[in-house]
Amino acid sequence: MTDSRAATLGAIRAALGRGPLPDQETAALEARLANPAAGVVPGRGRVDAEARIALFIAEAERVSATTARVAGPEAVPAVVARFLREHNLPSTVKLAPDPQVRSIPWSQQSALTVTEGHGEKDDVVGVTGAFCGVAETGTLVLLSGPESPSTLDFLPDTHIALVPAARIFGTYEEAWERVRAERGADGLPRAVHWITGPSRTADIEQTLLLGAHGPRRLHVVIVDARAP
Amino acid sequence: MPSKPPRVGLFVTCLVDFLRPAVGFAAVKLLEDAGCEVAVPANQTCCGQPAYNSGDSADARAIARSVIEAFAGFDYVVAPSGSCAGTIKVHYPALFANDPDLAAVIDLAGRTWELTSFLVDVLGVAGVGAEYRGVAAYHDSCSGLRELGIEKQPRALLSSVGGLEVRATNGAQSCCGFGGTFCVKYPEISADIVDRKVSHIMDGGADTLLGGDLGCLLNLAGRLKRRGSAVKVRHVAEVLAGLTGQAPPLGDPE
Amino acid sequence: MDSTAHTFKSNALEALGDTRLQDALGRLGHGFPVKRKAAVERMPEFEALRDAARDIKDHVLGHLDFYLERFEARVHERGGHVHWCADAAAARETIVGICRAAGARTVTKAKSMIGEEIAINEHLAAAGIEPVETDLGEYIIQLRREPPSHLIAPAIHLAKGDVAEAFRNEHKQFPGDRPLDEPRNLLDEARSVLRERFLAADVGLTGANMLIAETGSIVLVTNEGNADLTHTLPRVHVVVASIEKVVPTLEDATAVLRVLARSATGQEMSVYNTFVTGPRRPDDPDGPDEFHVVLLDNGRSAMLGSEFHDMLRCIRCGACLNHCPVYRSVGGHAYGWVYSGPMGKVLVPNLIGIENAGDLPNASTLCGRCEEVCPMRIPLPRMLRDWRERQFDRGLGPAPARYALKAWAFLARRPALYRRVTALQAAMLGALGRRRGAFRHMPLAGGWTAARDLPAPQGRTFQQMWSDRGGPRS
Repeated sequence: MTDSRAATLGAIRAALGRGPLPDQETAALEARLANPAAGVVPGRGRVDAEARIALFIAEAERVSATTARVAGPEAVPAVVARFLREHNLPSTVKLAPDPQVRSIPWSQQSALTVTEGHGEKDDVVGVTGAFCGVAETGTLVLLSGPESPSTLDFLPDTHIALVPAARIFGTYEEAWERVRAERGADGLPRAVHWITGPSRTADIEQTLLLGAHGPRRLHVVIVDARAP
Repeated sequence: MPSKPPRVGLFVTCLVDFLRPAVGFAAVKLLEDAGCEVAVPANQTCCGQPAYNSGDSADARAIARSVIEAFAGFDYVVAPSGSCAGTIKVHYPALFANDPDLAAVIDLAGRTWELTSFLVDVLGVAGVGAEYRGVAAYHDSCSGLRELGIEKQPRALLSSVGGLEVRATNGAQSCCGFGGTFCVKYPEISADIVDRKVSHIMDGGADTLLGGDLGCLLNLAGRLKRRGSAVKVRHVAEVLAGLTGQAPPLGDPE
Repeated sequence: MDSTAHTFKSNALEALGDTRLQDALGRLGHGFPVKRKAAVERMPEFEALRDAARDIKDHVLGHLDFYLERFEARVHERGGHVHWCADAAAARETIVGICRAAGARTVTKAKSMIGEEIAINEHLAAAGIEPVETDLGEYIIQLRREPPSHLIAPAIHLAKGDVAEAFRNEHKQFPGDRPLDEPRNLLDEARSVLRERFLAADVGLTGANMLIAETGSIVLVTNEGNADLTHTLPRVHVVVASIEKVVPTLEDATAVLRVLARSATGQEMSVYNTFVTGPRRPDDPDGPDEFHVVLLDNGRSAMLGSEFHDMLRCIRCGACLNHCPVYRSVGGHAYGWVYSGPMGKVLVPNLIGIENAGDLPNASTLCGRCEEVCPMRIPLPRMLRDWRERQFDRGLGPAPARYALKAWAFLARRPALYRRVTALQAAMLGALGRRRGAFRHMPLAGGWTAARDLPAPQGRTFQQMWSDRGGPRS
């Protein structure tokens, strides 16, 4: 194993016509890594807060997600219950053990039966909290971890994701900036999921079908801060 | 326009020379009408593209050297073909990248133009006085379009032709399947590609097909005629120069 | 997989005569290219994004050793393992070894072209480990025991009836008379079958769209979500990736993602872009216990610094296939090995030798559409010519074509002789063909006249007529 490592690196250097990089050049590369620079960032996402939310909704809906915007956490249970009713879905939902999700007064909605945990085989509806949203393509960013199991994003047929309105950023670069700021430079969780619409495939005759292996429905609930 | 008329050497192209001199005369007329002095060096054969595209760089370079020599001293070298002009303008410099003659090659490349692009982009010709009754589809040849950016120029000139409507056609910018030696080496694939292209043209309702490269036009005319189509195929220069009387449409009887 | 690239011509003829394949290719022609165009038109910065993505990969290739070492160090810090493999055999051995050590009986797989390149499925099966493809298209062709025919749409060559037939043959657990007429029925059945396989798998094997040096992450891009179930559910996650996939930072990966889906399917972004970093953390509720990255060279380092260096920028989006007139005519299988279309014509000879893939660089009109749509601005036509030059220099290729070319070049270099010969021929052909305007048959040009008339020459060459007229020569 060590031999093939040396062989590969040696072959690369030989092909590039040099030995190991000199220190000065290495330092420049270290600096590039230490200060990740945004490259070309499309103008589309660089707009003010309300325009960002509008753009997020428009882009998410373009890719067959559905959205709802609510005034505060207390409005979430009713919106979820209505969504499930409208789609003839069972009212049993599996919640992520996420502070954002836990802050929702689920018990107010007696129509809902809620349990908490990671995703399992028979879960039909999962509710998770997104780290943030990215307006440029209507993308949700979810970070795996004890509060946000990846399985809950993928196993249930219906995925309901909550995202605070204030955490809809314009661009992916802003999302990375927040990840670094809030989780530390080495703070990537096992999985960072960018999710843009529900699962799909066009592998049979280029016919677009939703719900390939992941959720068939993605419902994004944008939660505004509770009125003071 | 400069006070002294530009001296243009016509690069006839091997296909025009052999198959369709009418295109050469049309090019001469267009250039002269635009105020150029046109000469045709005798010692020209081909741009060398068949050798170049077949990996025979030594022969391609040898042919290129004779082109440089034949066209020394002209202000411009103009070809009624995007493919040949592209070879000289774009590929000669690559072919001579490590050659002492690179400077001469770059000089030639800088002076070389495809006909419609020369008329519009260099001479600023806005229109021609020709007439042509018909509805035409235009085929953008790949080298002209993608190597030299020729798309608007022929259409701008055609828009000044009395009686002519140029109609947008599906697949106008897709390859016709000619590909030089490709159509010889892989005739069945080439035939399949040209058949798709011809279907678009026949579905588009035009009575005439125009283009700027005789290679593509031979291929397209050949397939159109085989399918029994009445679409008339001509090089764009013939229509622009009003010289359609010199030869019947490509592949049609006299 | 065994290559049939050396029989490209007969493969292509067969493909041209296959009406179901032609129907499928027709659908392709109206799908991806139209959607790509729309996506590009919605993104005013698209050309600048292409430049940025190209520059990132160029930077990486010039410092590939540094970034690979950094990637490896970060994977180690996260508790993962990196296995360097010089060739396909080493990679297969490593992967089979990891699976054996895990006591694996089944391995779920997310579509990986490197997996195809090293023929991992055959080797897992030979070791008594069952590989299960989970991308729908890849699953279908696995049931049919076929290779993929497209980089991102592996079953693009099939009709729904072909899929239904495969499912009836292989899914014996369902009633034989169940309805499988619609793509929806087929998808639902595949989903239910594969869901059980996901839950039962011991090892998940994925490729990687990118590796990130800054974080030791691997990037997985899918629309189905199959890669995420593949890396999340089993106890062991194995990633197999070739060495040129590394990029420096999350931002660099982001830049590449901005052009990937738009170029591939015309989506703004694929549904699932996942950045996986190491195995599950101590308090994670899910994720694998082990995380392995198999780094494969298999000919890439030899391409660095060569005329095919730029090919290493390729991100496998498939845009060049989708826009290629030759691919549109013959489909992916005709190319005979893992990679098809323009990128395959350049890459495959690098991987299996030009002597085994001689037709590939030649079977192109050099129309340039591939380079025009390539998000990484890879000069594919230039590299096809480079292969032709190597072939010519080595005396490969059919002798008659070489002699014909040499004879023509001999003439083309002697203008006076050329003028005499062409004048004679033009006179002869003109006399024979002028009245009808075209030839329907022509000796030595049977390939042309099989499908096309050959328009007749006017009869005299331009040079003769110019001399007659006394036109100026200088």
